[in-house]
Amino acid sequence: MSKQYLSGDEAFAAGIRLARPEVVSAYPITPQTIVVERLSDMVEDGSLDAEFIHVESEHSALSCAIGASAAGVRTFTATSSQGLLYMAEGLVYASGGRFPIVMMNANRSTALPWNIYGDQRDSLALLDTGWIQAYAENAQEALDLALLSYYIAEHKTVSTPFMVNLDGFILTHTYEEVDVPEQSQADAFLPKYETENCFDFDKPKNMAFSAGPDTNYIFKFKEHAAMRRAIPVIQEAEAKFAEVFGRQYTGLIDTYKTEDADYILITLGTIAGLSREIADKLRAEGKKVGVLRIRYLRPFPTDEIAQAVRNAKAVAVLEKDISFGAAGTVFTNVTSALQTAGLNVPAYNFIGGLGGRNISHADIEEIFAKTEQGTQRVNFIGIEVEA
Amino acid sequence: MSITAKNLDQNEYFFGHKACAGCGGSLAVRAALKVLGEHAVAVLPAGCMSAVGFNFPQLCFANNAIISMFAGTASMLTGVEAGLRRRGITDFQAVGFAGDGGTADIGIQALSGAIDRGDNILYICYDNEAYMNTGIQKSGLTPFGAKTTTTPAGSNIHGNLRPKKNLFEIVAAHDIPYAATATVGYLPDFLNKVEKAKSIKGPKFIHVIAPCPTGWGIPVSDTIEAAKEIADCGLWYLAEYENGRFTLNRDPKEFTSVEDYLRRQARFKHLTDDDIRVIIESRDQKWAHIRSNWNTKE
Repeated sequence: MSKQYLSGDEAFAAGIRLARPEVVSAYPITPQTIVVERLSDMVEDGSLDAEFIHVESEHSALSCAIGASAAGVRTFTATSSQGLLYMAEGLVYASGGRFPIVMMNANRSTALPWNIYGDQRDSLALLDTGWIQAYAENAQEALDLALLSYYIAEHKTVSTPFMVNLDGFILTHTYEEVDVPEQSQADAFLPKYETENCFDFDKPKNMAFSAGPDTNYIFKFKEHAAMRRAIPVIQEAEAKFAEVFGRQYTGLIDTYKTEDADYILITLGTIAGLSREIADKLRAEGKKVGVLRIRYLRPFPTDEIAQAVRNAKAVAVLEKDISFGAAGTVFTNVTSALQTAGLNVPAYNFIGGLGGRNISHADIEEIFAKTEQGTQRVNFIGIEVEA
Repeated sequence: MSITAKNLDQNEYFFGHKACAGCGGSLAVRAALKVLGEHAVAVLPAGCMSAVGFNFPQLCFANNAIISMFAGTASMLTGVEAGLRRRGITDFQAVGFAGDGGTADIGIQALSGAIDRGDNILYICYDNEAYMNTGIQKSGLTPFGAKTTTTPAGSNIHGNLRPKKNLFEIVAAHDIPYAATATVGYLPDFLNKVEKAKSIKGPKFIHVIAPCPTGWGIPVSDTIEAAKEIADCGLWYLAEYENGRFTLNRDPKEFTSVEDYLRRQARFKHLTDDDIRVIIESRDQKWAHIRSNWNTKE
């Protein structure tokens, strides 16, 4: 293991190198670019033995990855924002075909208006495409998710593609000290990819076929069931990860001082760090507050969230996303979890950070204050809207 | 040794499918797979052949095969080829079978990318001159004057206003190692081009005319005749591009009647004498260009 000073993109690329993908197909887009540049360097200097395929679009990046996965090898691609949207057809294709491709998505705003900075509207708009979706908070977690994602996606009971999300610029371009594991450790953690979901010259296969009304939904049910089976596999993967690397992750969610908290801020990605800092400050002032970071949006931690907030007086959901005409998508999912559990905990949605707009200390303090006082259901940080 | 009806592989690799009677596309796929054999890995985008061949649980390829996204035939071929090579498998041919729309329209970007990368793939475009799977809509390879459901023939507009996209030369302009045109009407020529392509490393492309009786408005028994006639009357040509040079494989001394070819098909029934004159003029221009610029042999 070596300590290195890496950006989120670089850390992720370092993790991918350790995962030994056989085929990497990617198309450049800010702020993902550094990942594919580093992987190209690694292929050039021989530290990554993979085919790097210079595809002519994101659509082809995923199409190529699906083809390589159907050939039976570990594959990687990366994108962001418009590129992810351009791939959208391929997302449902990969998940429907149960191809355990890993993709890094640099969370970035979607046009119009054009904007290259971070928000989570790109991946959240594609939440229903059948991909496992994880959100990293820091560069170390990003690197670790590069390895964990393959373990989980390729697990025989799961066989589902995996999207690791890194907040654009705030994580992709911020340098931190990162533990980079040795290849021998990575190899001890991550088994070689072996699958029957691929071409076979002894028993030829017809793959990615059509299924009519009688059978189609059975395939869709199986897709759903496999995604739910990822929950225990995530635990299994994290336990093994802790054994090999000495870092223990916490499954679908990560809680901070929620046990006795009256008010809990639920969020995802890098903003969780600042949220915890503010929680500490408010705790020092005698307020019982906590933070719940969603690590996985799919499979969704329905039970885990309900369990964590069951004794709270109110919860806030802070997200860099809006489903126009409704509310933030994370909020909708969270309130559904509360309802499913029969919890009558007031929940307030705070939308912020769209197009990379800063979310300040004061903003988060205000979120906690409004949550305590009670406010309207959907709030836009820094914009006064009538209830 | 050239491929003939006598030495053609008697095994079938594409059967039990739901293609219409007289389908030229299914003939092209079936025949090409006989040349490529059991180690062909076929990639087919959305289109007629995937629609008729992959209906779970009735799966119709005896070799490995997969449906790609509509725009993704070539990019999936790239991934399949790279993935199998990484597994240490060497004895295979990644082959795409895409229709005219899947190739010349929605798939042309991915095709261009794969040729540009020099990927070791064979791409076969079976051209029935419209989006037949969705019910006969105009594609970039629909010829001038053809009636389709999106280029209706009325008193104001006589079917498709645009000429057929020059796909063969667009592909050749990439300096591809091998490209060829063919027609299922001259099957041995097509099969020997597939055989030749198989032996060449890098991207290979074959554009084969494959009539669709339903879309063309001809009897199902006339597929082969129409596929011969299109070449005989000069509205199609048999050619190759190799080592940077175009070669015309067949240079008819005299063309058969364009008018007879067109009049036999319901999609051209509405054409006026003036329309047909335009078609003949454009044919003559094309052949003047071919004969003065390409290597001609026979």
